[in-house]
Amino acid sequence: MTRPILQAKDLHVAFNGVKAADGVSMEVRDGEFLAIIGPNGSGKTTLLNICTGYIRPKSGRVQLDGQDITQLSPRAIARRGVARAFQIPQLFSAQRVIDNMMLALAAKRGLWSAVRPLETAARREEAKALLELVGLADDSERISSTLPEGHRKLLDIAVALALKPRLLLLDEPTSGVSALERFQLMEALMGALRHQQITALFVEHDMEVVARYASRVLVWNAGNIMAEGLPDKVFSNAEVRERVVGVA
Amino acid sequence: MRMILAAAAVLILAALPVFAPWLQFVLTLAIAKGFAALGVAVLLRAGLISIGHAMFFAASAYGVAFLARAGVNDFAVLLILSVLTAALFGAVAGAFLVRYRAIFFAMLNLAVSMVFYALCAKLYGVTGGTDGMAVPIPGIFGVVLAEPAFKSVLFYLSLTLMVLVGFAVHRYLNSPLGHALSAVHTNEIRLEYLGIPVWAVLLIAYVVSAALAGLGGAIAGFAIGRVVPEFAFWTASGHLVLIAVLGGIGGVPGAFLGALFLELLHSAAVTVTDAWNLIVGVALIIVIMFMPQGFYGLLSRKEASSL
Ligand SMILES: Nc1ncnc2c1ncn2[C@@H]1O[C@H](COP(=O)(O)OP(=O)(O)OP(=O)(O)O)[C@@H](O)[C@H]1O
Ligand SMILES: [Mg+2]
Repeated sequence: MTRPILQAKDLHVAFNGVKAADGVSMEVRDGEFLAIIGPNGSGKTTLLNICTGYIRPKSGRVQLDGQDITQLSPRAIARRGVARAFQIPQLFSAQRVIDNMMLALAAKRGLWSAVRPLETAARREEAKALLELVGLADDSERISSTLPEGHRKLLDIAVALALKPRLLLLDEPTSGVSALERFQLMEALMGALRHQQITALFVEHDMEVVARYASRVLVWNAGNIMAEGLPDKVFSNAEVRERVVGVA
Repeated sequence: MRMILAAAAVLILAALPVFAPWLQFVLTLAIAKGFAALGVAVLLRAGLISIGHAMFFAASAYGVAFLARAGVNDFAVLLILSVLTAALFGAVAGAFLVRYRAIFFAMLNLAVSMVFYALCAKLYGVTGGTDGMAVPIPGIFGVVLAEPAFKSVLFYLSLTLMVLVGFAVHRYLNSPLGHALSAVHTNEIRLEYLGIPVWAVLLIAYVVSAALAGLGGAIAGFAIGRVVPEFAFWTASGHLVLIAVLGGIGGVPGAFLGALFLELLHSAAVTVTDAWNLIVGVALIIVIMFMPQGFYGLLSRKEASSL
């Protein structure tokens, strides 16, 4: 078995009595494409929030490469090579699409230049390539707030990819993306992950996407993991079919 | 196209005092306030409104007066040291203020500047109280000029600095740091997740804006020949915000356009009527209602449609 990149140990978090994480322990292994499925409100986004330092668990620990990151800020964790695409896209909505990308690229290095322009030929090229990858090549000059919701999702993913992370956390990457573009996106994404050797975790509601792309699946229910395994095995579990997949 | 427009505007400004000498003082003051308003506009990019920037304007002018009293008599040295004084004030105040947003940021800037104002007004023994302090005519590379000659030098130097500093600020706003600054306005969460320290981005902007206000203050001090606590009063800060909004936060020329407009309007209004505040108020209403991008928006919109 390959070594784990990210490990969560016995996480507990509650919001007004609702247990969003109720003793969660899990790990993301090097090179895998781990899917998290589960009903609405079962704590999937909360896990990502804890793992990226956005919220602190009441108890439990998160480790990146064996180092404790539980108390670190999102910024510090991002600096360690973890990028996130959000369930609700987090964009610089007043800026152009290409500027969102170039700022993300600059964030990786070179932000501290106050005299050289953000827009350099090389950076624009690189930004364009990523936009092309997610299918936004035609939108690059648009102000991001004018994009349709599905395209905002795509941009959010492209921004995360621009950080060239080792670990990418994707919160429902295909939600809001049209059925037509969904598999194009996944194919492009898988290609990029393989090519750049990025490990990824993705929360997903589309079972077809999970079945086709995930290398392993965690099934969430009421703040904890109720099943885990290869997609085939998980989908044949009667309880999972009833609670999560929605077919008995 | 925009370069030609800007160059023409600067040339016209440079020529104006030749035909109307009384304009020289008005224009010098307008440029001085333009620098300070540009400082306010820099912060506006991040969605932060400072109603206290007159403090840095005044701090720098007092800096000149104190240094002159201490025997420093070189124009360049005075200018540089006073701008550094304002930047230092900005670094200290900014370290505390950039943690706040929206109305809290605006009000805390106001509060800090009012404390400064009160100190300037009350510490009679040090600052001369409400009488203020004199800003003597300095030497320029060892040469002491007569007042009219010095005022001319001051005007043309201000004009040159307007172009140079304006260009530098333009570069800054187009740099990754400048874009990160605008991004603070739209999405701090994403900035954090990009690994960008928001507070550092804001602190740099705050120091830059304080230095700009300081440069304006030093020029104003030299032009007027005196610094008084009123330099730091909250209405002066309000004026800077007004100019920044008038000019539009889109670009560097806006701040100077706004300042020119207001100063010229002011000198026209006081000679014709004393309804100065009424005129300014009405002008502002018209700008906000019909030109939400300010004067600069008017220019850049033309530019965009001519493409
Ligand atoms: N910041 C918060 N404050 C209060 N309650 C919260 C907060 N974040 C999450 N919750 C609650 O915690 C529970 C888990 O939420 P979470 O967003 O993690 O679910 P999810 O599995 O991502 O759901 P979905 O599929 O709808 O995205 C929900 O009941 C939610 O209302
Ligand atoms: Mg969620």
